[in-house]
Amino acid sequence: MTVLSIEDLRLELPGASRPVLAGVDLEVRQGQTVALVGESGSGKSLTSRSVLRLLPPGARAGGAVRVAGEDVLAMPPARLRELRSRQVSMVFQDPRAAINPMLRVGAFLTESLRANLGESKAGARARAVEMLEAVGLTDRVLRQHPHQLSGGMLQRVMIAAALLAGPALLLADEPTTALDVSTQAEIVALLADLRERFGTGLLFVTHDLGLAAAIADHVYVMYAGRIVEHGTAETVFAAPRHPYTSALLEATPSLAQPDRRLHAIPGRPPDLRAELTGCAFAPRCTRATDECHTTVPVGQVACHHPGGTHA
Amino acid sequence: MRLYRTCLVFAGALVLIALAAPLLAPHDPNGVDLGAAVSGPSAVHPFGADGSGRDTLSRLLIGSRTALLGPIGVVVFSTVAGAAVGVAAGWRGGWLDTVLSRGSELLLAFPALLVAMLFVALYGPGLLTPVVALSLAYLPYVSRLARGLTVSEKRRPYLDSYRVQGFSGLAICVRHLVPNIAPTVLAQSTVNFGYALLDLAALSYLGLGLPPLTPDWGAMINDGQDAMMQGHFLPAVIPCVAIVLTVVAFNVVGGAWADRISRRAA
Repeated sequence: MTVLSIEDLRLELPGASRPVLAGVDLEVRQGQTVALVGESGSGKSLTSRSVLRLLPPGARAGGAVRVAGEDVLAMPPARLRELRSRQVSMVFQDPRAAINPMLRVGAFLTESLRANLGESKAGARARAVEMLEAVGLTDRVLRQHPHQLSGGMLQRVMIAAALLAGPALLLADEPTTALDVSTQAEIVALLADLRERFGTGLLFVTHDLGLAAAIADHVYVMYAGRIVEHGTAETVFAAPRHPYTSALLEATPSLAQPDRRLHAIPGRPPDLRAELTGCAFAPRCTRATDECHTTVPVGQVACHHPGGTHA
Repeated sequence: MRLYRTCLVFAGALVLIALAAPLLAPHDPNGVDLGAAVSGPSAVHPFGADGSGRDTLSRLLIGSRTALLGPIGVVVFSTVAGAAVGVAAGWRGGWLDTVLSRGSELLLAFPALLVAMLFVALYGPGLLTPVVALSLAYLPYVSRLARGLTVSEKRRPYLDSYRVQGFSGLAICVRHLVPNIAPTVLAQSTVNFGYALLDLAALSYLGLGLPPLTPDWGAMINDGQDAMMQGHFLPAVIPCVAIVLTVVAFNVVGGAWADRISRRAA
């Protein structure tokens, strides 16, 4: 069953001369982990935020974002609040910034259950304790303030809060970027474990290819507001066909080949103020021809000159 | 730090004195002792007596009640109304922001004392009239601060994490944004307390605040002028000193709170 299906999502921001998202298609099935990778500014965070219609002021969205068949972009506000409180939840990048610093963790965890889902005080507390235990914390943190917890513990609290209502889809926007490396590994293992236990679909947004390879079933690679390549994690990472994906992998250090030279991608991603005519990656691409500068490539591998074949 | 503590103790003591003033005052503040009129310190009148023979110490003690009550009224009214206006403007933005911000800037164009005089002229003397007038005059200062804080606070990610839990904008604003900006607004209000006290004393000095005969520091300065002409400074100088010390104490305490909050936020 498909829990999330994004169809031709377009997003325009005031002050940008081209769409920030230019037709994104993406699908997450029940219990599936999908990684959305790309560099800063490629539009991966905006894509995941648009699933909850959490758009910047003045943004104009087109296309459709369907959660269980319903278009989020066209929902009335009351239905949107219901969707947010029950069906889809989100884990943010920096837990310290994303949790109200003034309130105890207990208040943060139980407020939505009581206010939006009509739980009793005792019921909400019991549910909070249950989820805290699922993420490896004890009920002790209920009485603590966010500043008394470490970043890793706070991200666990954030994940517990996101799973409280038993959502069908969890959006994780760079959930480990603000954490140190060993905590990162714990959080990723926890997310994988919870997804299995609760059958939640997971959309994992990251710029870290190694992390994406470790957690995802399916990978979407994004560049300048478009999906340039997608496929199962094995095929995309073992046999990348889009030159951008290959270049990204060549720029990533690998423990298997510690002596390999890393290749930086020349140039920089296109500025939002510049209009694009052809393939956004063409100016930085070694395979680019005249065609690439004039015609936008489409397809599962959005490239006029894809490398070797997908299995 | 020591200055802050001294001022905090002074302000606290003042509140206690104001509460217990009728017990502490040695004489009836309006009791006339003509034999002692325009006299210096004595055993009966430690701070002397004014031109009508009223005991300066007793009037000072009783006067501390209106001296504190008036500014408290101003601070409470202006903080509640100003915060409501500022948060609404900052949260909603758009035309509401334009209307509320320009409106409160219009109020800023009038000096506080002039607004208060106009109100007293229209509605007659009493404690409430000047307090309401000054509250209006102080509202823009609070609303500007609250608006600025709201605009910067509403971009913070922790509010997003309530949005994604399905809370409505109003619930997020009232239950989470307001408590988080409240300390800064309250610290500013403590500073406003000092200014309001000065303005109210000025009005009462001019005879525009409280009804005649009410013991009040501002009016005492005016009453003390006769004694001053005859070489007795205390009846006029004592209330001046009381006003200055109180304003300084409240400003130091308010400033220290504001500092502490901005350090914590940074």
